[in-house]
This record gives sequence, structure tokens and C-alpha cells, in this order.
Amino acid sequence: MTLAERMYLPAIAQGLGITIKHFFKKKATINYPEETRQRSDIWRGLHVLKRDENGAERCTACGLCAVACPAEAITMTAGERKKGEEHLYREEKYAVTYEVNMLRCIFCGLCEEACPKAAIFLQDDKIAPARYERDEFIYGKDRLVEPLKTTETK
Amino acid sequence: MDSVLLIYKGIYILAIFGISLLIATYSTYFERKIAAFIQDRVGPNRAGPMGLLQPLADAGKLFFKEEFIPAKANKTLFILGPGIAMLVAAMSSAVIPFGDTLIIGETSFDLIAIDVNIGILYIFGVVSLGVYGLMIGGWASNNKFSLLGAIRAASQNISYELAMGLSLIAVLMLSGSLSLKVIAEQQAGFNWNIWYQPLGFLIFLICAFAETNRTPFDLPESEAELIGGYHTEYSSMKLGMYLFAEYINIFVVSAVMATLYFGAYNFPFMENLRNAFDDPVLGNNVVTIIGVAVMFAKIFAFIFFFMWVRWTLPRFRYDQLMKLGWNILIPLSILNILLTGGGILLYEYFTK
Repeated sequence: MTLAERMYLPAIAQGLGITIKHFFKKKATINYPEETRQRSDIWRGLHVLKRDENGAERCTACGLCAVACPAEAITMTAGERKKGEEHLYREEKYAVTYEVNMLRCIFCGLCEEACPKAAIFLQDDKIAPARYERDEFIYGKDRLVEPLKTTETK
Repeated sequence: MDSVLLIYKGIYILAIFGISLLIATYSTYFERKIAAFIQDRVGPNRAGPMGLLQPLADAGKLFFKEEFIPAKANKTLFILGPGIAMLVAAMSSAVIPFGDTLIIGETSFDLIAIDVNIGILYIFGVVSLGVYGLMIGGWASNNKFSLLGAIRAASQNISYELAMGLSLIAVLMLSGSLSLKVIAEQQAGFNWNIWYQPLGFLIFLICAFAETNRTPFDLPESEAELIGGYHTEYSSMKLGMYLFAEYINIFVVSAVMATLYFGAYNFPFMENLRNAFDDPVLGNNVVTIIGVAVMFAKIFAFIFFFMWVRWTLPRFRYDQLMKLGWNILIPLSILNILLTGGGILLYEYFTK
């Protein structure tokens, strides 16, 4: 080694140069809860069960989504609409329970394509959040159905 | 008159103590921030705006942690260790001139806590006492890793203090005084010692890293092989005291380097600025206040450099450390003394 190399000081200066360059670099971090990364328009996130323009549930519990689902994440039980529930369910048959297991779901969007009633969609602005218990990942109708729009917000 | 000065000194000492604690507190924050920036991260940013309350959160956490003393440990010494480290670290800033003289009314106030004529020796003495804190703490823990860390700390500090003292002698040959105030005054304007002592400064800087147990010389606490070194068994605020003492030491050593080599509170064109004012008192005070700011800017630059180096260089091996200290730095500092002496002789030969 030459004298300059044996002194190590030029190498140390070089190293300091590299670190100071990184010091002033723009950071790639996104502060998640406050900022979110820009998502694509066709992003497939959390499911939602839509209502029609009158606020009645669109889902008729035909089961096509469950058949289409490659991960077998969707289960439902069908029920018959009673008199006086017309404002709640659009068709005569409706889903009494409708569950999506978010641990099984692969967010492929095939349920969305299979649905003949345009009832289930994968939202582009929500993701299934992390939870502590496994059974909390089974989303029932309480968390899937689109909330009723009140007249004031409409 | 005397009582005014006495009260002033009391307030000044308290202020310096407070400032050094504050700087040590926020050093922990900036250490993490700088580390993060160098590693392309953003660092702590949850506690308060930009994470500025992080040191308070850390201190609060440390206070509430379990105070653990090993069963076979020597209890008195175990508690004494961090106490000594902290006390000694806080003591050493007493003789550093943070500024020139402020004139208020008829009284002039020196911005230095104690102007002793052996200032630099006092700092050396007190700082080298600091290793007792590490030694006692490491030994009292009754743990082989702590003991190894303590032994490493002691031998490393002794080895590098030699080279540090020798490199300092060259500065003292130039200044002819041990008082830090006199050394500071001699570097008025831009006549800083670094222009005369580049080699001496380099040696002093390297030794300062070793004295404060900072990377690349942080072998006493090398976590890879010694868990935590001398503070392996420490928890709660006693651990906090050790870490705190380390940061105060960095602050003090930065202040000493700024004073010895970078002109303390002096800055270029200070005389021009002083003469620009019609009122000499006002001019003096303005220059002094800017000087204090300049001094702290230099100190912060050094603290930044300490952290910058820490996140750049890996740790030495212990035999490399000893070899660097004894085989390279000590001969180099003796050479520096000879060069300085020759330079002074030549200067006197040609000017007188």
C-alpha cells in the first residue's frame, strides 16, 4: 500500500463524503397513517356490498360470487324477503348472512366480475386492516354492507 | 460589587450546567435523526412536532423502568459508578470560555465560569477521572462482560490520553499559557491555532473520539461481543446517566476542541465589527454576543461531526486500537512537538 492508503484518512474522507450525500438525499419514506401512497384506479381493496338508489341491498344471495371465488373465502345463507321489507332488500331473495374471510381472500376481484346484480365491489380506497384475532378477519354483513346514506348527506 | 459578581457567577454556572444538560438531552435526539438521515430513513417523528419531544419521552420511560441491581453486585459501587460518570462530565465545562466580556453599566462580566490559570489541565484531570465511573460501574456489576468493558475503557482512555496530552503540548508551546481564556484571546479574529497545528488537531480529534468512547473507538461498549460493555447490568435511569454522561463528554470535548484549535468565540473581521460601532461598550457587547453564537455553532459542528463519523466508520479491532494509539499517534505527536519547536525557533530567528 502507498503511504496515502496506509494513512486511511483519504478513504475515511471518501466514506464521510458518501454518508453526507445520503444525509441530504430525499427520503423515500411515506408516513403511513398521515400520508398514503397513490393507488391505482383499479386497485382492489376491501369489499363492499352495495345498495341501490333507494337504499335497498342489491345482493340476492345467488351464490355466484362464492362459486367464482378461487380462495373459497365467501359464504352466505339465503333467506326470503318478508312483507314490509321491500325497502331493505331489492329482490325477493336476500342474503341473511354474508361473510368474507379476509385471511383467505386474495383480492382477485372475481366475485366482482361474477355478480349479476352489481352488488359486490372491491373498493379502491380501503384495505383490510391488521387485527389481533383471527375471527376478527371474518367480515360479516355488519362491516361489508355499504352504510345507508341519510338524506342530509345525499 | 463582590456580591453582584458572586450572584452572577452562580447564575452563570447554573446556566452552563443547564445548557450542557439540554445539549446532552437533545444530542440523543439528533444522534437518532442524523443516523436515520444517513441511512435514508426519517428517524423519530412521532413524539411532538418532528419528534422533538422524543428525549422527554425517553427520559420518562427510563425513569419508570425497573431499577435492577444484580444479586452479587457491590451495591454502593454499583450506584456510585454512574454518579461519578455524570458528576465528572458535568464538572468539566466549568473552565471553558463560552464568550468574551459583557459590559453592563460599570461592571464587566466574563462569560466563563472559573478563569483558572491551569484551565486545560483541570479539564484533563477531570475528564480522566471520568474513566473511574466506567471502571467502578463495570467492576461492581459482578459480570465478566461488564468487567471486560471496564478494562477496555480504562486501558483505552489511558493510552489515548498520552497522545492527547502530547498533541496539546504543541498548542501550549504556541500560547505559552494553560488558561483557556488566554488561549482563546490569542486566537483573535481569524488567527486560529488550526492553521499552525493541523497535525496536532488531527491527533487531538482522533484521541477525542477515543476518550469519549465513540465509534470507531467504542470498544468498551461494543454490543457485538460484550453485550453492552460496562453498562450491561445497568437499567433504568442509572443506564440513562451513563448515556447522558457520554453526551455531556462529547459536548465538553467539542467545546475544548473549538477553544484550542478553532478560535473559541473568535470569528473573522470581529475587530472591524467592533470598530464599526461609535459606542465602544455597545460594540463590545455586540461582538461578544455574536461570539457566543459562533462558539456554540462551532461546538454543534463538532457534535455533528462526531455523529457523522459514528454512522460512517465501523469499529476498530482492539489490537488495532492499541497499535494506533501507541505506535502511531504518540510518535506523531512527539514529531509534532519537534516541528512546532523548530517552527517557533525559526520564526524568532527571522523576526528578531
